[in-house]
Amino acid sequence: MLLSHGGEPSRTAGPVARWTVEQVQALAPDEASRKAGARLASAGPWSGAGHGPAGEVWGLCKGSGSKPYRTVIDTAGPAYRCSCPSRKFPCKHALGLLLLQASDDAAVPPGEAPDWAREWLEGRRRRAVEQPGADAAPGPADPEAARRRAERRAARITGGARELEQRLADLLRGGLASADQAGYGLWEETAARMVDAQAPGLAARVRELGAIPASGPGWPARLLEECALLHLLDTAWLGVDRLPDPLAATVRTRVGLTAAADGAPVRDHWLVLAQYDTPDGKIVTRRIWLYGKESGRTALLLSFGAAGRSPGQAMPVGLTVDAELTPFPGGGQPRAELGRQFDPPATPGTPPAGGPTRAALAAYGHALCEDPWLDSWPVTLRDVIPTPSSGGWQLTDADGTSALPLAPSSLSGPGLWKLVALSGGGPVTVFGTCGHRGFDPLAAWATGEDDDHDGRPVPLV
Amino acid sequence: MTSPRTPTGTTTGTAVQRTTTTTPWEELVTSALLGTDRRPPAPGPGGREGPVALLDEAALRTVRHRAGLLPAEAAERPERAPADPRPPLPAAARHRLGHLLADRSAPSGGSGRRGTAPDLTELLPQWLASANRHGFRAPSVLLPALLDAARARTDLRAHVLGFAGPRGLWLAAMNPEWKFALRGAPGGSLPSDTTDPDAARRLWEEGLFAERVALLVAVRRREPAAALALLSTTWSTERAEDRLMFVDSLRTGLSGADEGFLEEALTDRSRNVRATAAELLSALPGSALAERMAARAVSCVNPDRTGGAASIAVEAPHECDASMQRDGIVPVPPAGRGERSWWLGQLVEATPLAIWRDRFGGRSAQEIVGLPVADGWTEELHAAWCRAAVRQRDPEWARALLGTPSTPPANGPGTASLAERAKLLATLPGAERAVWVADFIAAHGLSEAFQLLGVCAVPWAEPLGRSVVDALDIARDAGSYPWSFSGVMGLAERCLDPAEADRLEVLTATPDEPEGAAPGAGGYWSEAFQRLVSTLRLRSAMERELTPGAP
Repeated sequence: MLLSHGGEPSRTAGPVARWTVEQVQALAPDEASRKAGARLASAGPWSGAGHGPAGEVWGLCKGSGSKPYRTVIDTAGPAYRCSCPSRKFPCKHALGLLLLQASDDAAVPPGEAPDWAREWLEGRRRRAVEQPGADAAPGPADPEAARRRAERRAARITGGARELEQRLADLLRGGLASADQAGYGLWEETAARMVDAQAPGLAARVRELGAIPASGPGWPARLLEECALLHLLDTAWLGVDRLPDPLAATVRTRVGLTAAADGAPVRDHWLVLAQYDTPDGKIVTRRIWLYGKESGRTALLLSFGAAGRSPGQAMPVGLTVDAELTPFPGGGQPRAELGRQFDPPATPGTPPAGGPTRAALAAYGHALCEDPWLDSWPVTLRDVIPTPSSGGWQLTDADGTSALPLAPSSLSGPGLWKLVALSGGGPVTVFGTCGHRGFDPLAAWATGEDDDHDGRPVPLV
Repeated sequence: MTSPRTPTGTTTGTAVQRTTTTTPWEELVTSALLGTDRRPPAPGPGGREGPVALLDEAALRTVRHRAGLLPAEAAERPERAPADPRPPLPAAARHRLGHLLADRSAPSGGSGRRGTAPDLTELLPQWLASANRHGFRAPSVLLPALLDAARARTDLRAHVLGFAGPRGLWLAAMNPEWKFALRGAPGGSLPSDTTDPDAARRLWEEGLFAERVALLVAVRRREPAAALALLSTTWSTERAEDRLMFVDSLRTGLSGADEGFLEEALTDRSRNVRATAAELLSALPGSALAERMAARAVSCVNPDRTGGAASIAVEAPHECDASMQRDGIVPVPPAGRGERSWWLGQLVEATPLAIWRDRFGGRSAQEIVGLPVADGWTEELHAAWCRAAVRQRDPEWARALLGTPSTPPANGPGTASLAERAKLLATLPGAERAVWVADFIAAHGLSEAFQLLGVCAVPWAEPLGRSVVDALDIARDAGSYPWSFSGVMGLAERCLDPAEADRLEVLTATPDEPEGAAPGAGGYWSEAFQRLVSTLRLRSAMERELTPGAP
């Protein structure tokens, strides 16, 4: 494992690998932008386009107005700047320019950045160099006041947890059947109480309980499981002082107390395995899965976008970045924060080693020891074959008799068929999350000579 | 708190493995469902009771159960997809296809302005045809999107299925939404090798209707006589609808060798079979039917020597006798047509055009078409000759009947119908076709050229492309709105030679609006030309990406 050495961010002078069309498309904040970007990916509307040695790309795009839009991208960030009024990020112009570069070398020749682009690029790099200094002095202005605030909040959460315990006990005393009749109202009201108690983690779990009675046969067992886990979380919070440190951190995070990423930064060549968004009430959550070539770690970057705005962070699948990741506190959880990046994004990495289905389930079981509330765990399956089974699909070990069923949620999207097509009945390597509901495939690699993707992962979400 | 955990056995298709403990899990669920007041659970370890004890126990079981999950038993694996020996697409072409498919579901200017960007959906058929010509294998990950595209658009199916190849069929068999692929492209889904006569015979005798048609077409394409022999073995026992389809498939590779069979089919029980057989026979100028028709036609159409100048006298048939009906003449005219002229039209249409030269003193087709026709029969006679020229694929007569392109359609020989003219054009060699349409556009503009352009070979030959671009330029200068020409513009985007792009560049500038022009049209025109240029550039990029060894 390479640890941070705190040196100057270096920039290679050599030519930077262009992004592929798939990689650029993965940056799009939503489907509409992807299509709008594809429409701008021809030389027609562009003038003065060019790219620099360290991954800078710029161009003027003729829009409906009299002045063309000025678009600059620093692929080392990646960061984008465009004079258009769009609030999408990156905007369609940035996507279009990157797509143009990806598909037509000649349209974006190497050159010297014009003044308007250089100004922003240089400012950005200056800040990137200065930032570590600014970062060095974090912390609140008044630690005493912060401590009092934290205590007050903990007390409110404790109140919320006690109330929730009471409600769960009442529910079990009267029977879950009544929860079916009460519908969502009961849960919504309880969730609102938890929001008042400043415990968003509890609130989210309560809200999810409301959907279970409508989830088909077997719901009482599922509802009991989730109620029991919620009860476990309540109890854990009420006794959090007595828990060992990593578990206590996990409980705090699960209850909804946000903690800053404060682990020791891990520098590695991180391969981007998957990037996908899930709507989460009023916000959009973007998940980016990374795999460290040297450390063998799998890390998760989370970013959030408010209603109508997409999450800011975007990393094309298949890219490898040399960067520092700072893990969040808590036992055995993969979440981390992206720290400094070093060389510009470079060429493809190799897929994670992976293992058979049995090892994947074992890894999930192992992770549960540190966080019993985990629904799934990131794993890579090596040499598995997508196989239709009664009522669904499973991934079977190429040399064995074991299989992992695919999670019901993954059966409806286009990812399943991409995976089946890629495999052609033969073994593939698949990255995804493995949990009690089954396996959710996120990316796959073809094996054998008919690989059209030069060892790059194929995104399945 | 410890209890033995033994797997209860493996259940196929699920990872869930319940473990047995002192209280079965199912009992806990029942207590929870009905309420601990009504159904108290068995006292847990340590003798605790009530809802909290139930929750404690359930939490323990849930986590333990999840941590102890075992893999399910593997179901029967699918067969491997057959190998596809074609080379993979170059990377750039693969990305391009991804683009074209991603844009497929985007609204393509159905409402409002089309903008300056190319309409990628319209380029998909061209891309697929080109990829198939170069013999590339489809990237497996794009197969689902390709099959979805073909499901929505039947015109893409043949191209897509050819490109998708064996792996595409393998995949389609797994998803009921892609069932259409298994019904098959013609000849593509033949279950056995058609070059083996025994296998072909067996398939012909035992196969489903679709398989038999596919087999007949495939054999006919390779060895016309063998197909005829195959058909003759079972002909008398076939159903009427099937006979019609089978006889129609003889159109491929039609020759004098088929005459005997077709002549017999003239007495078929089914009227449609009879009509099709007659049509096929009349396309064989040396056939006995053609000779009978010629004998009838010359008694109706004759040089008129009563006047000074040579002209044509027409005496339409007075009856449609049984022998005429046997030869495929339909006795009852459609509503609004006189029966004698109806019979005449059919006679002349089925008569070999070659006889007229002798009949009119060695005159050429052009001279004959130029002769005046007595008693207002011109239109009827020329229309019949047009149909005959199309049916017999006679370029000399087609040329004569089309006349010079600069003559306004209403005054020329032959027919004023653009659809008929397009058919006549299709019988001319490609280069001549392009020149004719180019001259037509130069003389009459674009408003009537759409159908004619449709029969020209893609990409358009140099004179034709130039003429279309000039006509568009003239229309713009005249101040017309560009959307009056959106049909031709769309065709030009797909059919113009991509090499024209540079020459068109000058037209993309927004011109000063001329006096009396439609307001704002200039901007729209420049937008339309920009789209034209960018589409052409895209097409040439597409072609370059698919050409192995190109830079």
